Amino acid sequence: MRAILLPERRWETSGSIMVSYLEFEKPVAALESRIAELRAAAEGDEVDIASELRRLESKSADLLASTYSALTPWQKTQVSRHPARPHFRDYVAHAFEDFIPLGGDRYFGEDEAILGGIARLNGRKLMLIGHEKGHDTETRLRHNFGMGKPEGYRKAVRLMELADRFGLPVVTLVDTSGAFPGVEAEERGQAEAIARSTEACLALGVPMVAAIVGEGGSGGAVALASAERVLMLEHAVYSVISPEGCASILWRTAEKAPDAAEAMKMTAQDLLRLKIIDRIVSEPVGGAHRDPATTAKALGIAIDEELAALSGVSAADLRRRREDRFLAIGAG
Amino acid sequence: MNWLTRIRSRLPFKSKRESSENLWVKCPNCAEMLFAREYEANLFVCPRCGHHGRIGADERLAQIMDDGFSVLPAPRVKEDPLKFRDSKRYSDRLKQARAASPHHDAFTAALGSIMGHKAVVGVQDFTFMGGSMGMAVGAALVAAAQRALDEKCAFIVFTAAGGARMQEGILSLMQMPKATVMTRRLKEAGLPYIVVLTDPTTGGVTASYAMLGDIHISEPGALIGFAGQRVIQDTIREKLPEGFQRAEYLHKHGMVDMVVERKDLRERLADLLDYLAPAQAA
Ligand SMILES: [Zn+2]
Repeated sequence: MRAILLPERRWETSGSIMVSYLEFEKPVAALESRIAELRAAAEGDEVDIASELRRLESKSADLLASTYSALTPWQKTQVSRHPARPHFRDYVAHAFEDFIPLGGDRYFGEDEAILGGIARLNGRKLMLIGHEKGHDTETRLRHNFGMGKPEGYRKAVRLMELADRFGLPVVTLVDTSGAFPGVEAEERGQAEAIARSTEACLALGVPMVAAIVGEGGSGGAVALASAERVLMLEHAVYSVISPEGCASILWRTAEKAPDAAEAMKMTAQDLLRLKIIDRIVSEPVGGAHRDPATTAKALGIAIDEELAALSGVSAADLRRRREDRFLAIGAG
Repeated sequence: MNWLTRIRSRLPFKSKRESSENLWVKCPNCAEMLFAREYEANLFVCPRCGHHGRIGADERLAQIMDDGFSVLPAPRVKEDPLKFRDSKRYSDRLKQARAASPHHDAFTAALGSIMGHKAVVGVQDFTFMGGSMGMAVGAALVAAAQRALDEKCAFIVFTAAGGARMQEGILSLMQMPKATVMTRRLKEAGLPYIVVLTDPTTGGVTASYAMLGDIHISEPGALIGFAGQRVIQDTIREKLPEGFQRAEYLHKHGMVDMVVERKDLRERLADLLDYLAPAQAA
């Protein structure tokens, strides 16, 4: 039996409230737990603590807002990996309608790390494809932590070609630490599957909008993100290698991950400046994990606007825009 | 003129082996001490164990192409766009690599012919920062593919890379779709695109243009894969199978058409180009 190592992460869990706090959120956590204590103490009590509560709540909100307005690239990496961050299924639930999942690559199997199906967004029919990481132990294993195998990428190719034939625009939600690094994935041609998926994106005669919603990790991400319009959530990251991986190669220690995150320019804000992405979608104060429904709705609205702008563009023009976008990178 | 004298007469620089009086080389595989000139004459393949040594772009082009090929100018790209610095500045690493190489970056292409068949041949050089794919490699590959499109001839790429050039961050990742735009254009133009995977070809290079050829050839024993072996081992905590990610393993699993020894490569490529000649304009 193959043992899969869970990515090493430390979560602070604040007593009774089931919220995972990141290391840098500790001051916020402390305030929020004092508020919770006050509330509990006030239950059935006549003592007037309303003003104290209001003061603390406003202080806590300010602290959260100021913390999140100045996240470092490494902190954003942690936010992008937050276990409560909305994933594919949350976007399906809150942003899209009438989702019909489609499964299988028709060659080998069904890879649940990459999900796909037909859906509606604001009434518009489309093909929705994306990584799903899972939200608890059972689902994380089922979805292989969002790390796609060749059959997942081949399913994506199949669905893109299907969409192309029926004139359905393609929307992808990218959220993966990377394609699965495993023996059977290599054996079945992980590299070829990723290459074909990128090729399938570029070949589409229908509009394609990609959104990096969590981690955009390397080839496993770009295989679903070679679109003419690329959006990114405010605290998502997108990079050629994980900061840990980069640090362990270039600095010879994974402990330098914060430096690597800084140096690689992997935040949405940096990538917009570098013209790698086209648009940043704001997250609720304190990150998408504090309000998945609102996050999903905001993303849905942004994608809908992008699709509206692309409707009526000819297949040849769409391909040319996509090609020009990538050919222009690094030119001049 | 044999290929060796052809190379010698053509090389604009003295090879390090000649200048440094280093008459003997040790086979990296079987550790046999080999007479440097014999090793070179044997195309840098160990006569004892058959190990295919890594070779640079100039040696490769000279081995594969007919006399009279012309090296294409290397397109210039924005240097060190991220002002990247780890334990060293990326700009210093680049300077160092250039001082040790006859070329500007890790991808060199030439226009010429292979036993009379016109082709553009691109060679990725592992000795230049591990052959890593950054903007310069991407731009050189795009320019070479464009030249093949302009000349309506075949495009052959010898891949060799540890992966993406991390010091260029996301810009190196973007070379994957960028290169794929060109492989698609070659396909649409009906021009043959042949990939020769050499040791080692891994990461984003494998997961883009290296796996999109009409025909995939590999040199014996070449390491070819997507994920690094250490990463895989850390993930699955299992012993890797014998010969994992080697050329023969990829052949067995259907990812390369053939494994061809270096001495037979030139002829094999010529034969393939003969079969895959683009339809002549009437
Ligand atoms: Zn040997």
